[in-house]
Amino acid sequence: MNSVSLSIALLLASGIRISTPLILGALGETVTERAGHLNLGVEGMMMLGGALAYTVALHTESVILALLGGMLGAMFGSLVYAFLTVALRANQTVTGLALTTFGVGLGNTIGKLGNGANVPSAVTQFFGKGPLTLNLDGIENKPVIGPVLTFINEAILKHNIFVYLAIILAIILYIFLFKTRAGLHLRAVGESPAAADASGINVNRVKYTGILIGGALAGLAGAYYPLAHIGTWTDNITGGRGWIVVALVIFVRWHPIKAIFGSFLFGLLDIIGLRLPTLFPGVAGLAIFSEYAFNMYPYIMTIIVLIASYIRGRKGWMGPAALGHSYFREER
Amino acid sequence: MRIRIVQRDHIAGGKAALIRVIAIVLSFLVAAILLGVMGYNPWQAFGSLFKSAFGSMSNIRSTIITAIPLIIISLGVAIAFHMGYVNVGGEGQLLAGAVVATFISHNLPTSLPKIIMLLAMAAGSLLGGMLIAVIPAYFKAKFGVNETLFTLMLNYVMQYYVLMLRTQTWKDPKAMGFPKIAAVPNNAILPKVFGIHIGWIIAIILVVLVSMLLRRTKIGYEIRVVGASVNTARYAGMDVNRVILIGICMSGAIAGLTGMVKLSGTTYNLSESIGGGSGFTAVIIAWLAKLSPVGILIVGFLFGALTQGAVGMELALGIPAALAESIQGLILFGTLGCEFFVNYRLVREYPSKATKEAA
Repeated sequence: MNSVSLSIALLLASGIRISTPLILGALGETVTERAGHLNLGVEGMMMLGGALAYTVALHTESVILALLGGMLGAMFGSLVYAFLTVALRANQTVTGLALTTFGVGLGNTIGKLGNGANVPSAVTQFFGKGPLTLNLDGIENKPVIGPVLTFINEAILKHNIFVYLAIILAIILYIFLFKTRAGLHLRAVGESPAAADASGINVNRVKYTGILIGGALAGLAGAYYPLAHIGTWTDNITGGRGWIVVALVIFVRWHPIKAIFGSFLFGLLDIIGLRLPTLFPGVAGLAIFSEYAFNMYPYIMTIIVLIASYIRGRKGWMGPAALGHSYFREER
Repeated sequence: MRIRIVQRDHIAGGKAALIRVIAIVLSFLVAAILLGVMGYNPWQAFGSLFKSAFGSMSNIRSTIITAIPLIIISLGVAIAFHMGYVNVGGEGQLLAGAVVATFISHNLPTSLPKIIMLLAMAAGSLLGGMLIAVIPAYFKAKFGVNETLFTLMLNYVMQYYVLMLRTQTWKDPKAMGFPKIAAVPNNAILPKVFGIHIGWIIAIILVVLVSMLLRRTKIGYEIRVVGASVNTARYAGMDVNRVILIGICMSGAIAGLTGMVKLSGTTYNLSESIGGGSGFTAVIIAWLAKLSPVGILIVGFLFGALTQGAVGMELALGIPAALAESIQGLILFGTLGCEFFVNYRLVREYPSKATKEAA
């Protein structure tokens, strides 16, 4: 395989790798928002998840326990959000922002307790393995099939299990949301809680479920950074990715399968921004091709999609109808 | 027995205040437990927090300096909230204001009298904040585009735009390769009164102006009617879209001015972190203050104290600033949750004889 196609394969591979936590986070926020709750605390929940996963990994050296710890840490944050916004009917926007303040603060505090120790090798090795990697000994140098398989191998098959887990979860959540009764109920609550209530759905239970699923997935997304990406703890380890996640959910119009491709596109833009000046030295120094410009484009694209959705006004494109509104049954 | 939630028709001011005080005390109690679990003496920690916020004249000054931008930007955000327009884009509007102010300060002659320079920068920052705020407002008015999501996205667009300016377009060639934007010239620095830059006077003037705007002017009245009910406003013959656009222009302009005050008052350099998340804090402050300008003055000051106290806590006791941030989050949870008990009451209900017989 020549060096150009290899570098393209590696570029795609990095795009896929860094998009994985975005998929996980976006799936969680999609479920939460489909249940009618805008949780702007994603960044905080990811930080809680990351810090807990890191701490548990240090103490137990167990992958499963670290992931569970990450999920529970973030779910704790989402439970506080759920209690405040569902039971106590607090303003969702304000509560979400408060959750981000809380989660980022507590996450950084807990993460720092590890004193920057590396995640145990038992854990990093697990995430270093690519279970689907093909063994291409002997085929590598054959014409046509050799380079093609190498390309696929390098770009798509060499990833850690998290990457494939995220894609499988996206499919499962798609089936859950659009093909099951429970998913229908969840969407009904997000569209019109009053109608859902009248038809006998337990609105509060559905809302709690949706918000907690959102927390669990944000926790997995957060756990990705210390366990699979960086291998230790650094301050603000999620680096504002929680906000990209919020953008992404709008960008893919609250759809789990599209979240895979949207995340990949955002991840790829991130990587291209980093690599472009080295790949094409000619553009170095031009602000619109700089790393930060490429960090900005996902948000601009999201804005364009948001505006287009409203102008076209197609049903389902503008998000769940009851998104952001508290529901309470009229009681006198 | 069953517990029923009933909306209160009316609550005595004293009782509402009591509920809020209890909530804050409970939050501090949870914070104390958290501090204890992390191995710190909570009593000492709170003492240090209080001391470094209010302990000396210079501490009080620092608290006020921290509170100034929070108060100003919260006033801006509150105008939008009065119309039921959720402006979470304060940070982006602040940055836009700071960008224009920086541009003006770098391009007008340094020999210009201070007052003219500062007025030009202030006017520019008002315009900058207004322009970035009016985009989502236009799409909201015209197509109903969700303003929460739109204004949120614009924060990040502006943040990365300033990063681009700092690392490329406006990078200071004299900084020896260090990616920073040159400081504003001397004639672009806010003068001090009582040892604090005059941002505090601007904040107080704005508290008065915004109160008067909302209570005494026609557009202020219209803003409140639109916030109460868009339909009522329409029946009353108001042009709702026009009200929203004008209101948002004012909201964004004030947020933009915050950027100039921060730039000329404290940081002197433009950077993407100049706002320090105050756009989000403003949402929380405005909401806790029930959108009242005087309330914002008080809550904003307390937030300044909390932030400033956290700095002292880290210096004196080594308690990480991040932990103080999470405590701030805890207190927010408490105050958010307690509003429920202000607005509703729980009634124990026993099945009456009639329903029992029916069963």
